[in-house]
Amino acid sequence: MAQDWLTRPHPVVVIGGSSGSIEVLLKLLPGLRSPLRSALIIVVHRRNTADSTLSELLALRTCIPLKEVDEKEPVEAGVIYLAPADYHLLIETDFTFSLDDSEKINYTRPAIDVTFESAAGIYGSWLTGLLLSGANADGANGLLAIRQAGGRALVQKPETALVDFMPQQAIQQQAFDQLVDIDAMIAYINGL
Amino acid sequence: MISTDELELLLTDLLDWYGYDFSHYSRASLTRRVDRLWNLGKFPSFAELRYQIRSDANYAERFIEGITVNVTEMFRDPSFYLALRNEVLPTLTAKPFIRIWHAGCSTGEEVYSMAILLHETGLLHKSLLYATDLNPEVLDRARRGIFSMTPLRQYAESYRLAGGTRDFSDYYTAHYGYAKFSDDFAEKMIFSTHNLVSDSSFNEFDLILCRNVLIYFDKLLQEHVLTLFDRSMGPLGYLALGSKETLKFSSLQPRYKQLNSEKIWRKIG
Ligand SMILES: C[S@@+](CC[C@H](N)C(=O)[O-])C[C@H]1O[C@@H](n2cnc3c(N)ncnc32)[C@H](O)[C@@H]1O
Repeated sequence: MAQDWLTRPHPVVVIGGSSGSIEVLLKLLPGLRSPLRSALIIVVHRRNTADSTLSELLALRTCIPLKEVDEKEPVEAGVIYLAPADYHLLIETDFTFSLDDSEKINYTRPAIDVTFESAAGIYGSWLTGLLLSGANADGANGLLAIRQAGGRALVQKPETALVDFMPQQAIQQQAFDQLVDIDAMIAYINGL
Repeated sequence: MISTDELELLLTDLLDWYGYDFSHYSRASLTRRVDRLWNLGKFPSFAELRYQIRSDANYAERFIEGITVNVTEMFRDPSFYLALRNEVLPTLTAKPFIRIWHAGCSTGEEVYSMAILLHETGLLHKSLLYATDLNPEVLDRARRGIFSMTPLRQYAESYRLAGGTRDFSDYYTAHYGYAKFSDDFAEKMIFSTHNLVSDSSFNEFDLILCRNVLIYFDKLLQEHVLTLFDRSMGPLGYLALGSKETLKFSSLQPRYKQLNSEKIWRKIG
């Protein structure tokens, strides 16, 4: 029975962000309706300390279960996952998480591109990538991979981003289907 | 990008032709590693990559070295080393002889970090550090004890956070962008290839470190390796894992007790 529940397809949203993205998450999370019908995976650049303060901070803003990913953990609908510091976050064909401490990509680990690309190969059209504020070029290539695999790519409207470099990179590369502000992000995720 | 079927073919080749069994490794990670090597080697097709591996043993060796992740650093996760310094090593002082095993030691940064801790706690003279890895190339580098200067400033900071109070730069001499660590450390180290998949227990240890290796293995292989460690563990010995790895869910758990918040367990039964 549990197996049946795990293999039943559900939408997955991977959110990537760098500087200025925590502020967005703090406003977005309270707007999400419980129970969540999708799985939400958050990959944000942060200092490489293994402290749990970020997940505690985010968990305070929502009654949806939110946790830092443990390796080999199954990806389940109704849960918000946070990529741990200092590891890339990947997804296996059996819908479990893998951690990988290989070289930094775009000067960062976890890298948004890595999770976007890995999830694209697994979830195809069930996947949405959402790229938020940031000062790094990470994420744009990943959004392209998501679109190529049949998924949707959303990018924070640059004028609403604290640091618009990351959204602008995605826009320049045509790596988006839709530009969204925070209200539109909330409506989109609640509508899945 | 390599497809799942192509990856399985490659893994079968590596086992059949070269005796390396990666069949219980995480596919998501392997896929990225193989894609990287495929790009680096500029192979126009999968068939060409496969042919090269089958026909060229030198290339195959480099390929095998390249599909495992060798990233490492000194005093990675300083709070872990602080716990070793303050909680683990003091319980070993009464021993006439201390044996430590670094399984999956990569280029040796972890081993040198441990040697520094042992030195500072006055235990190095009666310690022996066995450092093993699947990959002979990283072991060669580890044996030399020479590291790039670039990350050294960060290592010095991690050393300090790990309770180090001395001048970190006293431990090495700088040469043309490289740092050579004191031979007093290397004298206490034994480097050797050892494959956690296929090789067996070779000694009994007071402390076994295997950090950031199990994340690449599936649950079956994790259990196999943990059992190997259990069989290689002396009474009241310690097992130390990476910051995202755990003994929970393994058959060892009931006989091991975790130290506070760090990924260190002590064998109690
Ligand atoms: C990411 S490094 C970890 C280095 C160090 N322990 C640390 O945490 O910084 C992983 C190492 O495990 C080694 N390894 C992978 N599979 C192995 C196996 N089956 N047997 C022994 N070593 C293995 C790799 O060659 C690599 O050097």
